[in-house]
Amino acid sequence: MSHHIVEVIDLEYSYPDGTPALGGVSFTVTHGESVALVGSNGAGKSTLLLHLAGCLVPQSGEVRIGHLPLTKKTIPQVRRNIGMVFQDPDDQLFMPLVYDDVAFAPLNLGFPPEEVEQRVVNALNTVGATHLRNRPPYRLSGGEKRRVAIATVLSMSPSVLFMDEPTSNLDPRARRELIGLLKRFEHTRIIATHDLDMALDVCTRTIILKNGSVIADGPTVDILGNEKLLHTGGLEKPLRLQGCPVCNNN
Amino acid sequence: MSTISSSLFDVNHLDALSNQTTCIHRLDPRVKLLATVVFIVSIMSLDRYQISALMPFAIYPIFLIALGNLPFKYLLRKVLLAAPFAFLIGIWNPFLDSNVSFHIGPVGISGGWLSFASIMIRFALTVFTVLALIATTGFNAVCMALERLGVPRGFVVQLLFLYRYIFVLTEEAGRMARARSLRSFDGKGMGIRVFGSMIGNLLLRTLDRAQRIHIAMLSRGFDGEIRLAYPLKVNRRDILFLSGWTALFILLRLFNLPYLLGDMFSGLAK
Repeated sequence: MSHHIVEVIDLEYSYPDGTPALGGVSFTVTHGESVALVGSNGAGKSTLLLHLAGCLVPQSGEVRIGHLPLTKKTIPQVRRNIGMVFQDPDDQLFMPLVYDDVAFAPLNLGFPPEEVEQRVVNALNTVGATHLRNRPPYRLSGGEKRRVAIATVLSMSPSVLFMDEPTSNLDPRARRELIGLLKRFEHTRIIATHDLDMALDVCTRTIILKNGSVIADGPTVDILGNEKLLHTGGLEKPLRLQGCPVCNNN
Repeated sequence: MSTISSSLFDVNHLDALSNQTTCIHRLDPRVKLLATVVFIVSIMSLDRYQISALMPFAIYPIFLIALGNLPFKYLLRKVLLAAPFAFLIGIWNPFLDSNVSFHIGPVGISGGWLSFASIMIRFALTVFTVLALIATTGFNAVCMALERLGVPRGFVVQLLFLYRYIFVLTEEAGRMARARSLRSFDGKGMGIRVFGSMIGNLLLRTLDRAQRIHIAMLSRGFDGEIRLAYPLKVNRRDILFLSGWTALFILLRLFNLPYLLGDMFSGLAK
């Protein structure tokens, strides 16, 4: 049995005020796949991610992570295997020092002190943030915060990574470095994003959501090259696949 | 607007001061905290008309400020900022307690004025010392020390979260205040009504953020208990610091040093 498989079967959800958010979403992501979840604002990306992270319980349909159905009972068990990186690092980094934040999950999982230390060192090393170890989070730049936020979930060695807009609000170089980092990961990854150029670099597969349903699911290159399909989803071609703005030819 | 941003800058400054590495900064936070507690208790337990016995205690904050490389003027500004509170508490004493206790030339000094002066001196000494403690230790380390010394964890975690998010909150409030003032002309739009809705908005945003933080904690295995891994080690210098100062505070509390010295000198003169 693999912990790395994510299955969503006919998932439906409406917000407490009755607004429908997801209407029958289904897909399966297998071991090591890297999937971009795209769609216009309000398409249901964040709601879907909240379900995958076990923060919302399906009203109908099912979410299975590593063949374990996500229910109230299994949530603690499932959460050991998933790493959720939220969009705003200020929500993710709530401890006094970077070290505490990265050690938060391993300490909760009950590892002995040496193991916790080792995991923190490894996680910070992976994201290139070893030097930030003893800094308070409010003293970090946007790019540094993002790296540390990723380290906070890497330290629990999850099988699956879920990310919400990992490249938002970053300067071009920090964004480029983050893309390099995401490409190196071997986890199963599901990345909700508006940054289609990043999707092109990092993800082999793309799922387009529209009004809470999947309207396309396939190889990234095919989907992001299909202008008509993107238009239906309220999206545009990635900038690199559009014509040059100076010589204006396609 | 500017006051919000600048007070944030001030918190930042206090935080930056705690990142130095003087001999005071290197002491174990628990030791500094305990010494400060003994200091405060000694001062507070003195008789309410006491002034002369308070004076020698000033050596402790002076010691911390000098060896901790702290900017005196900056700390003084902070102390003055808090002074009105102590002033309002003490200022009624001269009216309530008007028994003349001694004379300076023809002017009679009442017990009320004495206790008022005593309150202000105690206030200055304690606030200076606590600020110096935070500036040489850092707020987080003080919280950690509190926790190690047996203060309930829930209370300590509240303090830590308060400190973590005060930066986020003041930035958010600063941005809102800036956006408002940029679109308010001739004092319009600066009234209490807009202010009220801004505060409400800020509260709602805060609740939203609290919810997101809670989700972030849950997805990393939070089970209601915050675990902190801090190896703190007490060495000889720490013990020396604590025992030396504690002994001095207790001595100064039991014996009025300026009075004894005065006695001694007048004895010698005779």
